[in-house]
Amino acid sequence: MAVEKMALAKAITASLRTAMEDDAKVLVIGEDVGKLGGVFRVTDGLQKDFGEDRVIDSPLAESGIVGTAIGLALRGYRPVVEIQFDGFVFPAYDQIVTQLAKMHARALGTVKLPVVIRIPYGGGIGAVEHHSESPEALFAHVAGLKCVSPSTPGDAYWMLQQAIHSDDPVIFFEPKRRYWDKGEVNTSAIPGPLHEARVAREGTDLTLAAYGPMVKTCLEVAAAAAEEGTSLEVLDLRSMSPIDFDAVQRSVEKTGRLVVVHEAPVFYGSGGEIAARITERCFYHLEAPVLRVGGFHAPYPPARLEEEYLPNLDRVLDAVDRALAY
Amino acid sequence: MTESTAARHPRRSSKRTSGSDGGSAAATAAPETPGAPAKKAAARKTPAKKAPAKKAAAKKTAAPAKKTAPAKKAKPARTAKTAKAAAKTAEAAGKAPVGSRPLPQGDGADASELVQLLTPEGERVEHPEYAVDPSPEELRALYRDMVLTRRFDAEAVTLQRQGELGLWPSLLGQEAAQVGSGRATREDDYVFPTYREHGVAWCRGVDPTLLLGMFRGVNNGGWDPNSNNFQLYTIVIGSQTLHATGYAMGVAKDGADSAVVAYFGDGASSQGDVAEAFTFAAVYNAPVVFFCQNNQWAISEPTERQTRVPLYRRAAGYGFPGVRVDGNDVLAVLAVTRKALEHARSGQGPMLIEAYTYRMGAHTTSDDPTRYRRDDERAAWEAKDPILRLRTLLERENLADEAYFAGLDEESDALAKRVRESIRTMADPDPMAIFENIYADGHSVVDEERTQYAAYQASFADSADFADEAGAAAGKGH
Repeated sequence: MAVEKMALAKAITASLRTAMEDDAKVLVIGEDVGKLGGVFRVTDGLQKDFGEDRVIDSPLAESGIVGTAIGLALRGYRPVVEIQFDGFVFPAYDQIVTQLAKMHARALGTVKLPVVIRIPYGGGIGAVEHHSESPEALFAHVAGLKCVSPSTPGDAYWMLQQAIHSDDPVIFFEPKRRYWDKGEVNTSAIPGPLHEARVAREGTDLTLAAYGPMVKTCLEVAAAAAEEGTSLEVLDLRSMSPIDFDAVQRSVEKTGRLVVVHEAPVFYGSGGEIAARITERCFYHLEAPVLRVGGFHAPYPPARLEEEYLPNLDRVLDAVDRALAY
Repeated sequence: MTESTAARHPRRSSKRTSGSDGGSAAATAAPETPGAPAKKAAARKTPAKKAPAKKAAAKKTAAPAKKTAPAKKAKPARTAKTAKAAAKTAEAAGKAPVGSRPLPQGDGADASELVQLLTPEGERVEHPEYAVDPSPEELRALYRDMVLTRRFDAEAVTLQRQGELGLWPSLLGQEAAQVGSGRATREDDYVFPTYREHGVAWCRGVDPTLLLGMFRGVNNGGWDPNSNNFQLYTIVIGSQTLHATGYAMGVAKDGADSAVVAYFGDGASSQGDVAEAFTFAAVYNAPVVFFCQNNQWAISEPTERQTRVPLYRRAAGYGFPGVRVDGNDVLAVLAVTRKALEHARSGQGPMLIEAYTYRMGAHTTSDDPTRYRRDDERAAWEAKDPILRLRTLLERENLADEAYFAGLDEESDALAKRVRESIRTMADPDPMAIFENIYADGHSVVDEERTQYAAYQASFADSADFADEAGAAAGKGH
């Protein structure tokens, strides 16, 4: 097939469709994923084409969704579970952390849990509480899970394919504020490894590392900085567990400065992990401490305040300035 | 349920001692050899680092002092869960509810709701809906299963008392519930147990010695669930009922006529996951049998703390049948479970069985039931012993002779001996096992940490030699 321009949400739909066509064991399960096509329409049309037996409207119980997905995986299926919103994943947190993540190890490797949990995450859509959170660190902290987040339609298509093919449980964080951003999807291109970072923009003075919704923000920052004569490299991490530290290291060895950007709270966030590891690896290359820009140690604010809470062009540029001032 | 096994299995109390026989108590470990750390430190080269000129030279010149290996103390780690359990029992003691509880059947159900085919006195009785007509050979086989299960369980309790296991959850009193249901399953059926289903494991053909690994602390599970269609023990209460339901949904999708059994207890019946499992099983008509062993106690809390209706009646609210069976009557459990499995196989969906039984022992070997329940309650249940009533029947009907019982005693002793020997030769896992089987497809952080830890371990090679020399020297002194 060829290159097609489509929205990120539609790239995910296309990816699910391909996965279901390729493997009869792939199931889509979640609340309202059938006739409605999901609240974001990501599963639009799938039930019509694959039937109620494979695109399964579930009872409204997230622990039940993930718990039964585990059982289906043990039976040989490859469930792709949709959690309706980031803030709704916590009823399933026990099943994900205590069972899904650890069953492979508990069984000494004799069983595999190829379950994908899709979570639309992040803010910027003016929603009510529990619809805008970024809980990725809570999952990345758990051994046995893998966490990824695409930033482009092309990555959304391929990374979901790879997540479904993975024999490990993968939490697939979808940047919901970027759902309707369009980009090219080449469905015949052979993708790179799922957990490898991508240089989204080359630069020499400072590295901005981000994933998911913040990659676009960082590209905007880099464009603005370029006008001021500063060359920023933007690294799209793509994966939060594992993190491609080698790629960050390569970039930082070149630029000497690193700012990590994510919507999730900075405190105990993935930026802290990256800062620690990169400080260890690149101590003598760093010209400035690794800085972080992200959410505050506060509940996700009401929609009228979210622009204050979310990293934006000015807040990231402020961190860039501080890093360059060392 | 998660007490540590550390107390009995001292690892090297220090990298500097060579004592790692795994059998001696921590207190007998050799005292630390004062000379070793110095040697270790001296052997380590100061890493050569080139500081770029642009950095202030003073910023980072001295290599960080390498810490010597901390002594690993062999003391049991108390988890939040056990602490909570302890708090619960303490609270129970404070309020002195002991004896305030009515004897069983205090949940509004009457005796007619209990399916029974063999009375505590060993009399066969009829039931209008459930029947079983076992041959003498089948009766003896059920008896044998229960006797061997009890013997295995008793041996495990003893092994815990002797320090070979960190913990053991005894099934004493629940043999009929487990053997009756376990023997009702077909080879292609799938069982999702809690952590107490030793009798079901036995019926599924799981080598009993495999059940001990996690309680000795050498693994967190330890068998291939697909070998006997017997899933790993699940410690978090109730989680497995959802796995069973999902598995059953898969069975139905495959068009297979297998069925699934989800074991859980009266305590688990309060868990949200169990309620969700009921809901999912009902709406998807999944071929799963929910087998609740109501053993009257969730650690220190009586069933009255979980429900105000008989548990089996909860099924009605979800739209599938529920039945209460005498859990100490192996024939009734067999008959009811067979029928429930047939119900599931034939596309009629889930069913709930409440096996009304009694936990004769403590919750686990770390529990102390004297703090919360009366001796006379146990005595009342002793009269309903599941094994005794079948033996009475076998003897009265001349279905087994003295030679049979003597032979079974010998077989029991042999099983116990095999279990004992197997546990005593069960090796501690290699430290590098920490990094194994975390991911099916690997993970770069795991790879990095594995490499670093292997290098760290290897860095003690010198001091191990030294410790050997020191040990030899100390030996001469005696």
